Amino acid sequence: MSAQPLLKVDNLKTHFTLSKPHPFATPQVVYAVDGINFEIERGKTFGLVGESGCGKSTTALSVLRLVEPTSGSVVLKDTDVCQLNRKELQRFRGNMQIVFQDPYSSMNPRATAGEIIRSPLKILKIGTAQEQHDRVGELLKLVGLRPEQRNLFPHQFSGGQRQRICVARALAPNPDFIVCDEPVSALDVAIQSQILNLLVRLQKELNLTYLFISHDMAVVQHICDDIAVMYLGKIVEKADRRSLFMDVKHPYTQALLSAVPTIDVELQQKATHLEGDVPSPIDPPSGCYFHPRCPRAEARCVKEEPLLREILPNHWAACHLI
Amino acid sequence: MSQKPLLQVKGLCVEFSTRRGNVQVLNHLDLHLDPGEALGIVGESGCGKSMTALSIMQLIPVPPGNISAGQILLNDTDLLQLSEKHMQDIRGNDISMIFQEPMTSLNPVFTVGTQVSENIRRHQSATRAQAREKTIQILEAVGIPVPELRIHQYPHELSGGMRQRVMIAMALCCQPQVLIADEPTTALDVTIQAQIFDLLRQIQTEMGTAVILITHDMSVIAEFADRVVVMYAGSKVEEGMVRDIIDTPRHPYTRGLISCVPFLKKDPGTEREELNEIPGVVPDMSQLGVGCSFAPRCNYVMEKCYLEKPPEVRLGDNHHAHCWYVEEAK
Repeated sequence: MSAQPLLKVDNLKTHFTLSKPHPFATPQVVYAVDGINFEIERGKTFGLVGESGCGKSTTALSVLRLVEPTSGSVVLKDTDVCQLNRKELQRFRGNMQIVFQDPYSSMNPRATAGEIIRSPLKILKIGTAQEQHDRVGELLKLVGLRPEQRNLFPHQFSGGQRQRICVARALAPNPDFIVCDEPVSALDVAIQSQILNLLVRLQKELNLTYLFISHDMAVVQHICDDIAVMYLGKIVEKADRRSLFMDVKHPYTQALLSAVPTIDVELQQKATHLEGDVPSPIDPPSGCYFHPRCPRAEARCVKEEPLLREILPNHWAACHLI
Repeated sequence: MSQKPLLQVKGLCVEFSTRRGNVQVLNHLDLHLDPGEALGIVGESGCGKSMTALSIMQLIPVPPGNISAGQILLNDTDLLQLSEKHMQDIRGNDISMIFQEPMTSLNPVFTVGTQVSENIRRHQSATRAQAREKTIQILEAVGIPVPELRIHQYPHELSGGMRQRVMIAMALCCQPQVLIADEPTTALDVTIQAQIFDLLRQIQTEMGTAVILITHDMSVIAEFADRVVVMYAGSKVEEGMVRDIIDTPRHPYTRGLISCVPFLKKDPGTEREELNEIPGVVPDMSQLGVGCSFAPRCNYVMEKCYLEKPPEVRLGDNHHAHCWYVEEAK
């Protein structure tokens, strides 16, 4: 990577301690995110993909410090987000915004669209009241709504329009970096494409950088430039999208890809499906976390934890067998 | 068509009375299901695909719902003419259903074993011990490890995939002729989804059960179904063999539905193509006009579309579309 990355996440760990079942119990720890590294260049989309419980959303929230990370650093432009105090963090939040999965539950039902989009400007004290008003109109137009719609309430919009409002709210303070946490999973299929196209268009126009979280391989393949696959709090494979899909290295990524239903007849035929469920992150398996489900596991995989290695230029995988 | 269809839905109309007047949720729907076949029903939310399933099972709440016209024939018996008591003998025995969210469809206060064996004891003259024996067998058949222990567990002790397997076991224990799966995997992860579909396919081929799969995901249809019905706003818009529909969709809505979703490709390429969009949103079902309900969102709309219901256009042996544009192009 030649240019300085916009976001650099270094050895990020987020652990949760569970409440003890009785006072003398040893506390149980969930290793939700357990030492992950990645960088995102300006204007690019980085995808995090994995099954539920793999820590992809926790990563997203930790990067924004909406969940407090246990250790590691997150450097956005030249600022280490993890070192900021509360006041500084609040001011800095204008640079980094988030779009949530469910637009129904991520908006105040009693505020109008205009108030919702304006709220980050008010909190960050950007501009005068008139400037804020104008900015809301501008943002509504930008996301494909009409400025007159500012006086409507969330329930008066359709699912796709609500997600547009959430995107407008995220854009309000003019951020460089936006986290999209499953932004299309709750939407109808025909609406998904509208939102995906909107995100791509806005990225081009405003030179935005996205961290895109999804469980849907097809969506990730469509929208991301670089992709990391997570399993139980760790990145198991990381590459640019062409390299990842054309030359899959890790057995888990292979399994994940073959499980995705597709209309491509060629891809349908060589499907081998995984057995068993994702293990609990409270008590992960020894060695390679994937070994109990891995069709190629050997004795070494049970004992030794594989490290993420660069196998091809800019294509990383954590597996002993490659 | 050589063989006689197992299940036939003819001219089915379902209405719901609401405060804003009657809403027609199914509009003269025709369907047929052959023995041992996997039929997919696909459409956006609110298009009536789940309503179709519930009508076949006669699980529509009456009132506010009402099946106002049509026939549902299972081996020549019209289910709509049967008494509720008679219908109870058919439900779970001849036709079974798997619901979307296994956690909410299982009863949290009974063990898994009780819930599966209840169905066996209701439909077959089995003693408690025989029912238990059969429950263990069926749980094993759907891929639940150590079923002798699992039958004593409660739904919350099982993972999502296991719960859905229990639901499938419940649906299968009386060897139904028809299995209706209403979005059986939307709540599950992809690797678990693939396992559930492997299981359903195995049931379909080994036990000869005909399956109706209801989903919004065209790629799931492509992997699983033989034939597909595309629905929009309570009506069928296109029907055909899966490969025909995917390779040569004819109805503008089907085309839109296929081209607006990103599908996994072997080579993603370096350039990002723009996805197609279907403009607008699903219409309000209480405000449908007389013509084609897709007309306001259609790129090929003509004046005629607003005035008259589109005819069924035959495009091949099993391929039909309901569209004026397709009719003209032909």
